[in-house]
Amino acid sequence: MNKSKYYEKVSVLEAFKKGGIDIKLSALFMGFANLANKQIVKGLLFLLSEILFLITFVLQVIPSIHGLITLGTQKAGEVVDAETGITITVSGDNSFLFLLFGLAALIFCGVFAYIYWCNLKSARNLYVIKQEGMKAPSFREDLATLSNSRFHMTMMALPLLGVLVFTILPLLLTICLAFTNADKGHFPPGNLFDWVGLDNFGNVITGRMAGSFFPILTWTLVWAVFATVTNFFFGILLALLINTKGLKFKKFWRTIFVITIAVPLFISLLIMRNLLHPDGPLNELLKNWGLIQQSLPFLTDPTWAKFSIIFVNMWVGIPYTMLVSTSIIMNLPQEQLEAAEIDGASKFQIFKSITFPQILLIMTPTLIQQFIGNINNFNVIYLLTGGGPVNPEFYQAGSTDLLVTWLYKLSFESSRDYKLASVIGILIFVLSATFSLIAYTRTNSYKEGAVK
Amino acid sequence: MKSKKRVRLGLTYLLLTILSIAWLFPIAWVILTSFRGEGTAFVGYIIPKTFTLDNYAKLFNNAAFPFANWFLNTFIVAAATCVVSTFITVAMAYSLSRIKFKFRNGFLKLALVLNMFPGFMSMIAIYYILKALNLTQTLFALVLVYSAGAALGFYIAKGFFDTVPYSLDESAMIDGATRKDIFFKITLPLSKPIIVYTALTAFIGPWMDFIFAKVILGDATDKYTVAIGLFSMLSQDRINVWFKPFAAGSVLIAIPITLLFMYMQKYYVEGITSGSVK
Repeated sequence: MNKSKYYEKVSVLEAFKKGGIDIKLSALFMGFANLANKQIVKGLLFLLSEILFLITFVLQVIPSIHGLITLGTQKAGEVVDAETGITITVSGDNSFLFLLFGLAALIFCGVFAYIYWCNLKSARNLYVIKQEGMKAPSFREDLATLSNSRFHMTMMALPLLGVLVFTILPLLLTICLAFTNADKGHFPPGNLFDWVGLDNFGNVITGRMAGSFFPILTWTLVWAVFATVTNFFFGILLALLINTKGLKFKKFWRTIFVITIAVPLFISLLIMRNLLHPDGPLNELLKNWGLIQQSLPFLTDPTWAKFSIIFVNMWVGIPYTMLVSTSIIMNLPQEQLEAAEIDGASKFQIFKSITFPQILLIMTPTLIQQFIGNINNFNVIYLLTGGGPVNPEFYQAGSTDLLVTWLYKLSFESSRDYKLASVIGILIFVLSATFSLIAYTRTNSYKEGAVK
Repeated sequence: MKSKKRVRLGLTYLLLTILSIAWLFPIAWVILTSFRGEGTAFVGYIIPKTFTLDNYAKLFNNAAFPFANWFLNTFIVAAATCVVSTFITVAMAYSLSRIKFKFRNGFLKLALVLNMFPGFMSMIAIYYILKALNLTQTLFALVLVYSAGAALGFYIAKGFFDTVPYSLDESAMIDGATRKDIFFKITLPLSKPIIVYTALTAFIGPWMDFIFAKVILGDATDKYTVAIGLFSMLSQDRINVWFKPFAAGSVLIAIPITLLFMYMQKYYVEGITSGSVK
C-alpha cells in the first residue's frame, strides 16, 4: 500500500509528458510500456484486452448503441421481400433486448475504460521505477499482491460482478423504462416501444394518473407513520410491562411474544387473513357471543381494512420492538432511575424524561429504517388484503394499496404498465432517499454518535 | 402503600395474560385447524370436534401439490444460498471494514443509494435478464438472485468487523503476515458469531421469500418453494379443500424456523443494537 502512495508522487499526466517513447506509446498500444520493460505477461494481457475490446467494439458495441438509441424499428408482421417480391413473416425487433444490450454495452465500455486507466497507471509506475533505478516487479510478484495489499480486490471481484449484473444493470434498465412508452400494447414480442422523454412523469404528477397517485401516496405515508409509531411505542410499553419490578416468570412472558416473531411472516400474515375472513373464526366467535349479528368487514371495507392492517401490523411488529428495547432497558444506568425515585418522581415522569428519551436515542436509526421499510412494506399489504378492496377511482389499484404493491400490480398483473411502474419506483426512491437524508442528518444519535 | 403495589402487580399480570392470549390465539387456531377432522375451511368454533392426521398425510400423497418436493426445493436453494451468500457477505464486509482502499467510501455511499431503491422495482428487469440467459423457472436462478442480493447486505457484518481491534492486524503484519493470512487465520476464527448469524439469516431467507420466487418460477409447480406452494393452496377455488392441509404445512415449516430463530435471538438483538446501522 505504501508503494502505491510512493508512485503517486508523480501524476499520470506528468509521467506521460516526461516519459520516454515506451511510456507515451502505451497510451495507444496498451501494455507497450510493460512489454518494453520486461513485464511480458502483464503487457500481453493489456494488449490482448485492447484487441478484444476493439473487435467487440466494432462488431457488438456500435450496433448495440445504435439499438439503444432507436429501440428497434421493425415490428413483427409481414414484410414484402425486396428481391423476390414474396411476403414473408418476420419476428421483428425486440425493443427490450435492444435496451438490455445497449446498457450492457455501455457497462462493458466502462469496464474497459477502467482497464485502460490501469494500463496508464502501470506505465506511470514503470516511469517512476526507471527514474529511481529500481527493478520492475515480475508478474509473479504482481500476483502475490492480490493476497496482500490488493486482497480486497480478490475478495470483492465476484460479489461486485453480481452487483453489476443483478442490481445495477436491472436498475438502469428499469430507470430507462420510465422514459419509454413500454406497456402491454408496446412490448416485445410483436410490438416496439420507444423513448418518450418525461411524458410519464408528467402523467403521474399532473395528468391522468395524478388521481390515483396522490391518494395512494397519502395512504402510504399515513400507513408508514402509524405502523412505525404504534409498533415502537407499544413495543416499549410491553417491554417495560414485562420488566415491572416484582413480576415473576419474566422470561416466560417474553418467550410468548418472541414465538410470534419466529413464525415466518408469510405464514402469520396468511393466518391473519383467514382469521379476519367474513366467515373466519373471529367473526364466528363474536357472533356466538352475541356481540354482532352480521360479520364485520375486517378486510373488505376500505376503512375497516386500513385499521385492520395497522392492528395486524402491531401484532407482527410489537414483539420485535419489545425484544430490542428490553436489552436496551436492561442496560440503562440504574443510578439515574434510583435517584429519580428518591426524588419522588412518578413512574410516568421517569418514563417520559429518562427511559423513553434514552431508548429513542439508541433506536432512532432503527426507527428511520423501519419507517422507510414500512413505505416499502409489500408483504403485510399484499398478503393481507392484496391491496383490496378494489377502488374504481384508482387506476389498477385498491383502497389499501401502497405505492410498492401498486408498482407490483402494474408490472405483473393484467395491465403490464411497465412505464408507469418504473416511474413509481423512481418516485419511491426519491421518497426514501429524502427521508433518510433528513433523518440521518438531523437526529441526535447521528450528531452525538451514540450509534455510529 | 403495599396493597396499592399489589393491586398494580395484579393488574400487570392480568394485562399480560390478555395480551398473551391475543398474541397466541392465531397460532393456536392454526395448530388446532391442522388437526381438525371435519368441516371445510371455516367452522363456527375453535376446538375441533374430531382430531386427525389426515391433513398432514394429504400434503405428502397429492401429486398436484407435492409438498415434499417443495420442501426439498427450498432446502436445496436455502443451503446453496447460505454457502454462497455467507461467503459474499463476509468478503464484502471484511474488505470494506478492514482494508482502506481508494474507492471504499465512494462504494459505501453507492451501496446506501442502491439499497434505497425498492427491491421490486428492478424485479421485472431481473426476470427478463434471467430469461435472456435462459434461466427462468430454475432453482439455480433463485440461488443466483438471492446471493447477488447478499453483496449489498453487508452492514451488520461490517459493524461486527469494525469492533475487532485493528492492532491485531498491525502486529501480524509486522510479523510478516499477508492480508490473506490475517483474514483466514486471525479474523475469521474470531468472527464465529457473525458468520453463524449471516449463515442462518441467509438460510432462512428462501423459506420466507415469496415474491421473487413467484415471479421467477411462474407456473412451474414442481419447482415451487414452500412459500409459494402454501400460498397457492389458498386461492379462491381451492381454499375450502386445501385450508386444513395449508395449516398443517404451515406448522411443519414454522417449527424448524422457530427453533432456528430462538437460537439466533441473541445475535439478532446484538446486530440491531450495535453494528446494524451506519
